[in-house]
Amino acid sequence: MSADKLSRRAFAGGIAALALARRAHAQGYAGLGEAADGFAKVTPGKVFAFPADHGPHPAFRIEWWYLTANLVDSNGAACGLQWTLFRQAAKPGPQGEGWANQQIWMAHAAVTRADTHRFNELFSRGGIGQAGVEAKPLAAWIDDWEMKGSERTDDRSLSPVTLKASGTDFNYALTLEADRPVVLQGDGGYSRKSERGQASYYYSQPFYRARGTLSVDDKPVDVSGEAWMDREWSSQPLDTDQTGWDWLSLHLSSGDKLMLYRLRQKDGKDYPFGNWIGADGRTQMIAGGDIQMTPKATVDVAGRKLPVEWQIAIPSRSFSIACKPLNPRAWMGTGFSYWEGPISFTGTHAGVGYLELTGY
Amino acid sequence: MRRALWVLAVLLSHWRRHRMQFATLLIGLIAATALWSGVQAINQQARSAYDRAAATFGGVRTATLVASNAATFPQDLFIKLRRAGWPVSPVLEGRVQINGRAMRLLGIEPVTLPADVGNAPRLGAADLSSFVAAPGQTLVAQETLNDLHEQDGATPSISSGAKLPPLHVQPQLVPDVLVVDIGVAQRLLNKPDQLSRLLIGEAKGKPAQLASVVGDQLQRVEPTAETELERLTDSFHLNLTAFGLLSFFVGLFIVNSAVGLAFEQRLPMLRTLRACGASARLVNTVLVVELVALALVAGLIGLVCGYFIAAALLPDVAASLRGLYGAQIPGQLTLKPEWWLAGIGISVAGALVAAATSLIKAVRMPVLATAQPYAWQQRQRRWLILQSVAACAVLAVALLLLHYGQSLIAGFGVLAALMFGAALILPAFLEILLLAGQHFARGPLALWFWADSRQQLSGLSLALMALLLALAVNVGVSTMVETFSRTFVGWLDGRLAADVYISAADNAQGTAIRNWLKDRSEVQAILPGGRAETQVQGQPVELLGLPDHALYRERWPLLENAPRAWTQLVPGNAAFISEQLSRRLNVRVGDVIEVPAPGGTWELDIVGIYADYGNPKGQLAVNVAALIRQFPQTPQTRIGLIVPRDRIPGLIAALQKQFALDDRAVADQATVKAESIRIFKRTFAVTSALNAFTLGVAGIALLTSLLTLANSRLPQLAPLWAIGITRPRLAAIELTKTLSVALFTSLLAVPLGLLVAWCLIAIVNVKAFGWRLPFHVFPLQLVELVTVALIASLLAALLPVLRLARMQPASLVKVFANER
Repeated sequence: MSADKLSRRAFAGGIAALALARRAHAQGYAGLGEAADGFAKVTPGKVFAFPADHGPHPAFRIEWWYLTANLVDSNGAACGLQWTLFRQAAKPGPQGEGWANQQIWMAHAAVTRADTHRFNELFSRGGIGQAGVEAKPLAAWIDDWEMKGSERTDDRSLSPVTLKASGTDFNYALTLEADRPVVLQGDGGYSRKSERGQASYYYSQPFYRARGTLSVDDKPVDVSGEAWMDREWSSQPLDTDQTGWDWLSLHLSSGDKLMLYRLRQKDGKDYPFGNWIGADGRTQMIAGGDIQMTPKATVDVAGRKLPVEWQIAIPSRSFSIACKPLNPRAWMGTGFSYWEGPISFTGTHAGVGYLELTGY
Repeated sequence: MRRALWVLAVLLSHWRRHRMQFATLLIGLIAATALWSGVQAINQQARSAYDRAAATFGGVRTATLVASNAATFPQDLFIKLRRAGWPVSPVLEGRVQINGRAMRLLGIEPVTLPADVGNAPRLGAADLSSFVAAPGQTLVAQETLNDLHEQDGATPSISSGAKLPPLHVQPQLVPDVLVVDIGVAQRLLNKPDQLSRLLIGEAKGKPAQLASVVGDQLQRVEPTAETELERLTDSFHLNLTAFGLLSFFVGLFIVNSAVGLAFEQRLPMLRTLRACGASARLVNTVLVVELVALALVAGLIGLVCGYFIAAALLPDVAASLRGLYGAQIPGQLTLKPEWWLAGIGISVAGALVAAATSLIKAVRMPVLATAQPYAWQQRQRRWLILQSVAACAVLAVALLLLHYGQSLIAGFGVLAALMFGAALILPAFLEILLLAGQHFARGPLALWFWADSRQQLSGLSLALMALLLALAVNVGVSTMVETFSRTFVGWLDGRLAADVYISAADNAQGTAIRNWLKDRSEVQAILPGGRAETQVQGQPVELLGLPDHALYRERWPLLENAPRAWTQLVPGNAAFISEQLSRRLNVRVGDVIEVPAPGGTWELDIVGIYADYGNPKGQLAVNVAALIRQFPQTPQTRIGLIVPRDRIPGLIAALQKQFALDDRAVADQATVKAESIRIFKRTFAVTSALNAFTLGVAGIALLTSLLTLANSRLPQLAPLWAIGITRPRLAAIELTKTLSVALFTSLLAVPLGLLVAWCLIAIVNVKAFGWRLPFHVFPLQLVELVTVALIASLLAALLPVLRLARMQPASLVKVFANER
């Protein structure tokens, strides 16, 4: 079921090549709908091996290292940041040497405060060292952005690691630490989308504590807070009848974590899914029928109407919250554009998280 | 409205009775629009070609990083810079041969290619993944595909035997350029992990200091506001524009005189219309409407003519630019809608400006005013003084520019100011001449002759100014072209020292040919040659390998040299430098120049400077053996031979048979020379064509001015006829007068033209091309031009004079009745 989230990012990753050509064009992506012929297949029963699986899986079509952080600066003001590295194989087959390598890398970074939202994107060819990922010690980089481990980095928890990225008018550097191992999503890391049989390999580290410096317009401030990393790879494409999704990752003040999303389809229906991760690291799926996601308020950004406020309820867990964005204008005007920004929520539970809206 | 139409009909009826006048008005407008818009079309076409070129040059408007002391640098530096936050994109450039045809191969990296590289064609939009992923694509212009006789999708081989990725037409590219992915370029050029330069995109973030990342291995080259090539081609276009503008003004002179005449002749008509109750505003509005309508029609015809002029000249322009600067522009004309609009606009605006005086007169005309003959003398004196003051001011500007100006634009400024000033001062000059004539004249008829000539001056002066300018430009340009031509041919004689030239397909064939030649009895000497390319102080420099042979010592001309220059060249630590490069780098004989070579810096003593006309690249000539030692990659494919003249054809035939060499690969000196001279002649074909056009337009201007004057002067001539001077006599006097004024003007044009030639050779040439030519005067050519001008004047004057000679006495009598 978190495979639907795969779709979201598959879309982003798949679009990378097209975004390079400066045309974000949803139909162009349909080419990916044909087949994963020649690419490795996602099958149940994989045994994850770390640190190897922290590294790239070039036999699969798409893959990403995706991190969001909800932070508070030294003045007590809330802020958020995003760091994403996408890998996309232009074609299947053995890895070419040097420039003949068929991997293309794309990265997004953003910083969001109540009063501003800054973002940047980078592109690179694989095989030449401009971008890539190594498993041990972890090094995921593109240009001068990187997520980097060291000899001290524990393979199970992927901790500690450092993170940095920059743009014309912002930059950040964080240290991420977690005291619990990564969480395998779905069925032991095999994450299946029930209705269509698409799947991905998927694990997360939702327990990161983050600390570092964030600078907007050359004004650095110390920040600290919580971060969530997703690792996912697959060869399966997005279905053509999917129009977009609304996705949330929530850090509950109890220490539990919750991931929720709603996949919208052309026929107007939508399919919510959820995954509850206890503070002990155990996961529990939430049935779609048990999730109520209701948009409460929209905002006009970049010529679109975006539902940035939500009412969310899971009756079986006596869970009912109202979500508000830190900055309703957290628009990612990148080659492939979408809304992604920090939120806070109150109700039966309180906390912070990240919201992503695509396809609007 | 109805009333306006009637007024228009009345005004137009004038043209039916004066068809010749109508024709001159239209010819003036058409000529002005045609020449101006033709030149604009050429310029526009060429500019869009440069924009295409700019993109393939890797963005001449983009800052770049190049190796400090070599032609290429390791790719590793690119990665280091990217990892340090530098938004750079790699480019590898080289030359390859396909079927014996040299092409520029450009390797780019579309993923990092900055979006804002000059006016870069959107290479990224041409299906990125098929460009990047194997087998990739070779992007070429349609022209290149045609030249190679290949189809889209073909995979021709280069001389090394490697196959290009499938050819794919990219309309925005310039001819003779192959664009491939950087990885493909490294493989084809056999430069693994090497790059020529890095384009610097828009910085997002704060990259580290360059030196802290790559040390001194790379140096930053700022995007100069104008690159060498842009500066050169700009000069060419400035030249064309100057011609176009000149033609345009000459055309306006014609319109001015035609409209002026029509106005004078329609004065009674206007008076009658006003007397019949048409308001001044209505009459004036209709006059303007009539003029605009005529301008629109003439403008359209002019544009069509302009299109044909441009289409006819464009191949020559393309050849000129290719020959002079190596800039490629396609030989086909495509025009934007703006061009048509601008052409019509300039035609209408020009007509209104040319007719302004007449229109203002019509507006101010009192209803009952009679057509007073001009108070010539007073008006003219004031006008002459004012114009002469203006002329002096303009000439002063020319002097100032000559003294303080440094740029090419200043050079052209000197030219423009000189010509404009000379044109303005011409009437005063003629006035003085005529005054002197009048002073020495005896007898009433002679006195009248001179006085009347003076009186005619203001009416004729515009036409004479046009004639002066056209002639001066002709003298100037033809002197320069002739000078250039002689110098070039002499230089070519020295340059093409060997009797037969061979260009082998590759090193192996080169060796085979040399071995084969050793056994041929007719070959007296085998002279190997070679070329390599590098960069000195950020400038592309060509290294030319010269063999050590007496022939070169005798025939290779040096402008300056150290003692025993040729002997010093042999050990390989000395070089000759081309004149252009010596000016650019400010290097003299005796200086030392550091040349980056694959094995390290090559220090060369400059022992000579030689002329290298027509080469946009800087060049250093060194000993060929030393060149191959320093640049082991140099293709050893160029061979010169010394062969007795009568045995050349036999040897060439044998060579072609033995090695399957085509005509391009083996050539005798005479053919090469003829080819070079042909290319050279074409480079000035445009100039000559425009020159002829301008002279033609000036002739038309003279004709129409005389026609205009002829009618308005009847009141002056009628009394002479009345006192008994016969019509043929009157006609002869008129003819003498016109020809003498034209002769004065032509004679004045000669020194002015020589001054123009001097400006072109000593100022414009040096700034634009980097070399200076010896200044020659060709008296025969001057006599020829003056004769042509006089014949043109004679033809122009003949028509009105013949009319006068044949005029019915009754018409002359009518003059008394109507005008006096």
